[in-house]
Amino acid sequence: MDKGDGLDRGKKSKPSDQLKLTEAELKENITKVLNTHNPHAPQNIVRFNYKEGVYQRVSVDHTAILFEMESNIVYQDSEEGRRLILSKSTFLASLFFDLSQATPVEDGGEVEEAEEEDRPDSVASKADKKGVKLGNFFHFTDRATQTLNNPPRQINCQTAPPPRSIFSATANQWQIYDAYCEELQKQEKQKATLLKKETDKSKKGVLVTETQSTDLTEVAKETKILERMVHQNTFDEIAQDFKYFEDPSDKFRGQEGTLLPLWTFQHEETRGLSVTALCWNSKYQDLFAVGMGSYDFCKQGRGMIVFYSLKNSSFPEYVFPTTSGVQCLDIHPQHFYLTVVGFYDGCVAVYNLKKKSLEPVCKGTPKTSLLTNPVWQVRWQNDDIDNNHNFFSVSADSRVVSWTLIKHELISTETIRLSVNGGLSNVPDDEQLVNISGGTSLDFHKQTDHLFLVGTEQGKIHKCSIHYSSKFLKTYNAHNSAVYTVKWNHFHPRVFISCSADWTVKIWDDTIKVPVFTFDLMSAIGDVAWAPYSSTIFAAVTIDGIVRVFDLSINKYEAICQQLVVAKKKTKLTHIEFNPVHPVIIVGDDQGLVSSFKLSPNLRKTPKVRSQNSKDLSIRKNPSLK
Amino acid sequence: MAGTGEAKKEEADYKRLNSFPLIRHTDMPEEMRVETMELCVTACERFATNNESAAKMIKESMDKKFGSSWHVVIGEGFGFEVTHEVKNLLYMFFGGSLAVCVWKCS
Repeated sequence: MDKGDGLDRGKKSKPSDQLKLTEAELKENITKVLNTHNPHAPQNIVRFNYKEGVYQRVSVDHTAILFEMESNIVYQDSEEGRRLILSKSTFLASLFFDLSQATPVEDGGEVEEAEEEDRPDSVASKADKKGVKLGNFFHFTDRATQTLNNPPRQINCQTAPPPRSIFSATANQWQIYDAYCEELQKQEKQKATLLKKETDKSKKGVLVTETQSTDLTEVAKETKILERMVHQNTFDEIAQDFKYFEDPSDKFRGQEGTLLPLWTFQHEETRGLSVTALCWNSKYQDLFAVGMGSYDFCKQGRGMIVFYSLKNSSFPEYVFPTTSGVQCLDIHPQHFYLTVVGFYDGCVAVYNLKKKSLEPVCKGTPKTSLLTNPVWQVRWQNDDIDNNHNFFSVSADSRVVSWTLIKHELISTETIRLSVNGGLSNVPDDEQLVNISGGTSLDFHKQTDHLFLVGTEQGKIHKCSIHYSSKFLKTYNAHNSAVYTVKWNHFHPRVFISCSADWTVKIWDDTIKVPVFTFDLMSAIGDVAWAPYSSTIFAAVTIDGIVRVFDLSINKYEAICQQLVVAKKKTKLTHIEFNPVHPVIIVGDDQGLVSSFKLSPNLRKTPKVRSQNSKDLSIRKNPSLK
Repeated sequence: MAGTGEAKKEEADYKRLNSFPLIRHTDMPEEMRVETMELCVTACERFATNNESAAKMIKESMDKKFGSSWHVVIGEGFGFEVTHEVKNLLYMFFGGSLAVCVWKCS
């Protein structure tokens, strides 16, 4: 039984036709013999032999060849084998002797003459040790070839030696002493004054202090110019558009115009702050100031004043961080380096751009500052008699205050107190509280210095004069809610514009109590501004991100340009200003981004100059007057 | 006698105060210069009495670090004129009275 079968083991099954033997017969030993006798070979084949004429038995071969292969192997002990071993091994033996015993090669010749019995044995044994392969002469030959060897070549090279120079000096005690004294003196000097770095190498060897600084302040001016050049190259198309592009499609567009987007100005540190004020510089017309703060009552934090130039939109020219949010700012028309800023916490400050520090020149705080009353508007005035700078501010505590800058100090004098009834400043404070209303905007008349307009939270606009501190000259019931901006027209002496939280923009003639024009803009308004080149063009921005430009000489009822200027829909536009010289406007939004746009030619039409200019304009504006 | 005593004290003071390494002339690059200077200071402090050993230490370290054939002279009073490979010379004072000159020239 095979063990690895997988068949049932231990169970012996008998086939039915098996021989049945007795026990004795089973135990019998039967011998079997194997021989080479081929049982299948026939034994009785006869053939007729013609030579002898008889039948003769033919014997059949009993060997069967199972496998036959021709090979080159020679049996070791046969004649041929021995001969081969001899001839091969003598050669190898000679080699073997040379290597091991440094005997001369003549041994090889002697070996052949030596006794053959010994030799083959010893040689064969050695050959066996070496494992020599015997090859049949007829099938094997040795053959050798020599590959091509590249001819050797010589290459020489001489490197240039490192440059050398000569140096000489003397080392004496007095020289050493002098050197140390000098060094000490120098160190003292350095401690006393600011670090002065001198590098003066001469052959004698003057002191070398550590002067390897990569300070850019010495080339600050040049780097600035370089930066502007790089900026111009990067934004080349915008610069070209700014200067030369006039939208040709305006001819086909009828009266409407468009705004061409130019640079956008953004600074990383102003993230989270909204633009609360914009002002162009009168002397450097590419420089403008942006005040950053927050209009959100709950989220009041820090603020910033950032000055940008149109020549470099990627980084501001000046940055002044402030502790409180900036609400308004104004640049002095004559002294262009002075900027006055009003803050959310009621303070005002004057910054001087000529000075390198980040702190204001002077700061003024309101006298009664229990609550934070943001300063909504500041405006410079002409220097007073003593040549001191002064400015006016209006704040939510319903005061119009005049500040004078005397020798780095701000002195405030209250000009007028806003109240519902009309300027009764004699009444004591606690009774007055009921009637006061905070002021939200302020603008001085362009020609007559002492006249100014104040807009209030209640929606009234008061025309006042600096000389009369107790009474308003005139009051207009302008709007139903807070007046955000009032602005006098640049050309017409009697016209001003106001915008308010009740979504309307109104244009007034200051002799008439009702507005001359009213525009309902369907959306909360951020700011309005008159164009400096035309008396009939103004622009308004709204929180839905649309800038509207109106030209009253062309279309009295609708805007001649309405354009969405922001990328994200949720951005609210907060301020707009026209550049005094170039046809460019800047628009600020509540993400801290200021965008600049170029006005297309249709928006820049100046009204035709007639002989009686102002009269005609007023007639055109007020058909009802006639 | 008091005068000389004082003078000696002054000298000791001076040596103490002014023992900072003072580079008199060098044209080495910044890193190399700093390393070499520190090596010289270490060597001079270690072998304060034996200039030869200090010089030997400096020379061997410089050879290993910056390539072969450096020459070092340490002393208190000597004059010299040497040809050196450009950007491989350091001449400094140390310890108020020692002068060390290190240069490379193969």
